[in-house]
Amino acid sequence: MPEPSREATPLLRADQLSTYYPIRRGVWNRTTGYIRAVDGVTLEVYPGETLGLVGESGCGKSTLGRTLLRLEEPHAGRIYYEGDEVTTLTERRLRPYRTHYQMIFQDPYASLNPRMTAGELVAEPLLAHRLAGKGEALRLAHRLLELVGLPRASAGRYPHQFSGGQRQRIGIARALAVTPKLIVCDEPVSALDVSVQAQILHLLQDLQRELDLTYIFIAHGLGAVHYISTRVAVMYLGTIVEIADKRALFASPKHPYTRMLLNASPVSDPRRRGRAILVPEGDVPSASNPPSGCRFHTRCPIAMPRCVAEEPALTGGAHAVACHYPLGGTGEEETHGLVRRETAAR
Amino acid sequence: MVSFVARRLLVSMPVLLGITVINFFIIKLAPGNPVEMFINPNTPPELIEAKKEMLGLNSPFFVQYWQWLLQLLQGELGYSFSSYAPVAGLIQERIGPTLLLAFSALIAGLLVALPIGIFSAVRHNTKWDYFLTGLSFVGTSLPSFFLALGLLYLFALKLRLLPTGGMQTLNGDGGVLDTLLHLILPVSVLAVVVIGKKIRYVRASMLDVLQQDYLRTARAKGVREFAVTHKHALRNALLPIIAVFGMEIPALLGGSIIIEQIFQWPGIGQLTMQSILSRDYPTLMALNLVAAIVVLTTNLLVDVLYALADPRIKYR
Amino acid sequence: MSHSELRLDAAAMHAAEPHPTQEAAPENGLRQAARRFARHRLAVLGLAVTVALALTAILAPWLMPHSPYAVTAQFSAPPSASHWLGTDQVGRDVLSRLIIAARVSLIVGFATVAIYVAFGTLVGLVSAYFGGWIDAAIMRLTDMFLAFPFMMVILVIVSAVGASLPTIIAVIALFSWPSVALLVRSNVLSLKAQDFVTAGRALGYGTPRLLFRHILPNTAGPIIVNATFGIASAILSEAGLSFLGMGVQPPTASWGNMLSEAQSLTVLTEQPWLWVPAGSMLLVTVLAINFVGDGLRDALDPKA
Repeated sequence: MPEPSREATPLLRADQLSTYYPIRRGVWNRTTGYIRAVDGVTLEVYPGETLGLVGESGCGKSTLGRTLLRLEEPHAGRIYYEGDEVTTLTERRLRPYRTHYQMIFQDPYASLNPRMTAGELVAEPLLAHRLAGKGEALRLAHRLLELVGLPRASAGRYPHQFSGGQRQRIGIARALAVTPKLIVCDEPVSALDVSVQAQILHLLQDLQRELDLTYIFIAHGLGAVHYISTRVAVMYLGTIVEIADKRALFASPKHPYTRMLLNASPVSDPRRRGRAILVPEGDVPSASNPPSGCRFHTRCPIAMPRCVAEEPALTGGAHAVACHYPLGGTGEEETHGLVRRETAAR
Repeated sequence: MVSFVARRLLVSMPVLLGITVINFFIIKLAPGNPVEMFINPNTPPELIEAKKEMLGLNSPFFVQYWQWLLQLLQGELGYSFSSYAPVAGLIQERIGPTLLLAFSALIAGLLVALPIGIFSAVRHNTKWDYFLTGLSFVGTSLPSFFLALGLLYLFALKLRLLPTGGMQTLNGDGGVLDTLLHLILPVSVLAVVVIGKKIRYVRASMLDVLQQDYLRTARAKGVREFAVTHKHALRNALLPIIAVFGMEIPALLGGSIIIEQIFQWPGIGQLTMQSILSRDYPTLMALNLVAAIVVLTTNLLVDVLYALADPRIKYR
Repeated sequence: MSHSELRLDAAAMHAAEPHPTQEAAPENGLRQAARRFARHRLAVLGLAVTVALALTAILAPWLMPHSPYAVTAQFSAPPSASHWLGTDQVGRDVLSRLIIAARVSLIVGFATVAIYVAFGTLVGLVSAYFGGWIDAAIMRLTDMFLAFPFMMVILVIVSAVGASLPTIIAVIALFSWPSVALLVRSNVLSLKAQDFVTAGRALGYGTPRLLFRHILPNTAGPIIVNATFGIASAILSEAGLSFLGMGVQPPTASWGNMLSEAQSLTVLTEQPWLWVPAGSMLLVTVLAINFVGDGLRDALDPKA
C-alpha cells in the first residue's frame, strides 16, 4: 500500500467538531442539558489511508462518523471536504459531495430497504444522481454486484433472501455505485459471523487497492482495526485521546486508556506479554456530565491531582496524545513512576 | 408527574381555542342567519341590513368570532333560537341523563369485555378463542340502530319485559328501580359496540403480558396457573386497559344521539337532534363545545392513567 | 473517476459466496402476504362477500326485478311472488331498493376512505418527516379534530351544509383523517431513524425520493389495514346519518334510510320485511369488510 502523503490536502478535515443531543425536561420542555456525544474533535483524513476509530460503545465514534458525513447536525465546529467547508451547506448544495463521501453500516439488513431488490438498491444511487439512464444503471448494478463477489442471479432478490455477509456486500456495492473517494465503515463486520468477517475485511482491502479508496473504519474492538488500518484514533467520551500510525500506537501506546484497550483485547504478540496490566476501574461516566479535567481520570489508575483540574490537549504531531502524563512508549518520556516500573517489567 | 399533567393542560389550551374556531366556522357554514330566521319575510330589506349591522353579522369572520369568544369567556352561551331559553340551562338539564347512559355503558362494557378478553387470551388459539373473537367482530359490525330496533322489538314489544323508551314511567313513582329498567336496553346497545371493540384489545394486551419473562419465571417457580393469570398478569394489564376504555367516551357521546333518538332518552343526543331539526345554532355550538371539553378532559385522564400504569413512559 | 474506469476485473478475485437460499424461489412480499391471507378462512369468506356485493352494486340495473323508484298501489305489502321482500310504505319494491342501496354504501365507503387516507397519509408524512414546529402544529390540529365526538359533529355539519352524497363523503372524510395521520406519523418516525433511510440520505437522495420510495412503501401495510376497517366504519356512519334523516335523502335508497322507516311501532312489530333485510345487509357488508381487514392485518404484519 502506498504511504499516504501528509503534505497533500486532507480528503476530510474536522475542526473542533461537536455533536450534542439536547436533554429536555419540565413543563416547558426546556433544554436542561446536553449529551455530548462528540465533543471538540479535530482530525484529518488523508487520501489512501485507513483511519481506524476505536473506543467503547457509547464513546461517540459512530456519531462522529455520521457527523463527518453530515448525517447528524454538528453543534459546533467545522467540516471540510478537500478544503471546502461543508458544515452548514443545505442538503441540496451538499448533494455533489455525497457522491464522494459514502457510508457502510453496521447492520446490513437494517440499511437495505426491504422492499427493493439488490439490483434496484445498487442502481438507485446512479439514477438519483442522474449518473446513468435506467438500462445503463441496471447494467452497472449487475457489474457492481459481481465486483463485490455476489452471484449474477442476486440482482433480482430481496434483502431477506441473502445471508448477513451477502447483505453487507450489497451495502458495499451500493456505496461504490457513486464512485466515492472516502467511505465511513461503521462497524461493518461486528454484526457478522466470525468466518464471514474476514471475507468482508479482505473485500474492503481489495476494493481499496483497486479503486483508490480512503476509509474511516469504526470498530469497538481492536482486532479488525489492527488488521485493516494504517492509522488509528482512540476515542473516549466524545474526544480523541490518542491518534497515531497503527504500528506506533500498537507498539507503544501513550494514553493509559489505549493501553487498557490493548490489554483487554487478545493479542498474540509474545513481546507484549508480561507487561504491567492497567485495569479499568468503575463504569464509563455519563456523556451528559463528563468528569472535570481529563475525562478519563475517574478510571485512570495513574491519575494525579492535575488530571482532575486541567483538561489535557491533544498534542504531539504524528503520534498525538491527550494526557498530562503519557506513557513512555519510546523510552524518552519516562516522567512517571508507573511507567518506569512498567518498562522495568519488560 | 405534576409537571406532566401541567404540560398536558398547557397543550390543551391552544387545542381548546382551535376547537372554538372550528366550531364557529362550522356554524357559519350554515345558510341563512338568525336575523332572517327571526324576522318575518315581509320586513323591508333595509331593516334587515340594519339589524344585521347591529348584531355584527356583516363584520369579518374573525371579528365575529372574537365577539362570540369574549361572550363565551364570560360564561355566556347565548339563547336558544327555538325555545328562547338560555342554552346553558338547556344543556345542564340534559347532560346528566347522557352521562348516566354513557358511563353505565362504559362500565357494562368493561365488566363483560374484561373477563371474555382474558378468557380468550388464556385459551388462545382454541375453538373458544376463535368463537369469541369472531363474536367480537359481529359486535363491532352491528349497526347500533339495527340492534336497538331488534332489542326493542324483542324485549319491549314482543316479550313486554322492558319499557320502550324514556327515562321514567309517566306518572310512575320515579324510583331508582324504574330508571334502571329504562336504562337496560339503551345501555345494552351502547355496551355491545364497546365490548366488540375491546375484547380484542383486552385479549391482545393479556397475551402480551402473559408472554413476558417474569410470568414464565412465576410459572416455573410453581405458582398455579390461575394465580399467575390473576395476580401477576392482571395487575400489569389493568390500568392501560381501563385507560383504553376511557377512549370510548367520544364514541359513546356520538352514539348516544342515535340511541337517545330511538329510546327517547332525554339527554344531550336528543337535544342535538331537536336543535338540528329546528336549526338552533347557538344550542348546537354550545353542545359541540361542551362535548369537546368532555372529550379533552377524558383524554387527559386517560393519559394520566397510562402514565401511572407504566413508569417507563416519559412524561413528555 | 467515472464508471467506465471502474476496474471491474477485481470481480475475479472474489469467489462468489455459496448461496444458502438458492433452493427457495424468489418470493416477494406481495405473494407471501397473499399466501398468509388465504390461510385466514373468515377473511377469504369476507373477501368473497365483498366482491359479490361490489358486483351486485355494479350490475344492479340488471339484477333488480323492479325499478327501485316505481310506486305501486300495494303499500307495505308482505313478501309475495312478484315482490320477494314485499313493498315499502309508498309501494316500492324492497328487494330492488336493497340492491340499488348497495351502491350508496360502497360508494360512500370507498370514496370516503380514498380521500381521507390519501390526505391523512400526506399529513402524517409531512408531520413526521419535517418535525419541529410543523409537527407540533399538525399534532395540535389533529387533537382538535379528534376532540369532537364524531357522530355529533358530522351531523351538525351535514345539517348546516345540506345532506347529499358528496357532502356526506366530504364530512366523514374531514373528521376521519386524523387517525391515519397519527398512524403514518408514528410509523414514519420509527422508519426515519432506520439505517436504510440514513443510507439514502448519505447517498444524497432528495426528500421526495426518501419519502415516497423508501419510507411510504414500508408503512403501506398498516395503512391498508386501517383503510379497510375505515371502509366498514364509513359505511356505518353513512347508515347512521341516513337513519337520522340527515344522510342520503329519499327517494334515493340507502340501507340507513330504509331502516329509518322502521321507527314506527307498527312497522317494527307488523312489517319486519321493511327493516330486517336492510339491517342484515348492513351487518353482513360491514362484517365482511372487517374480516378482510383482520385477514390483511395478519397477512401484512411483519411480526406475525
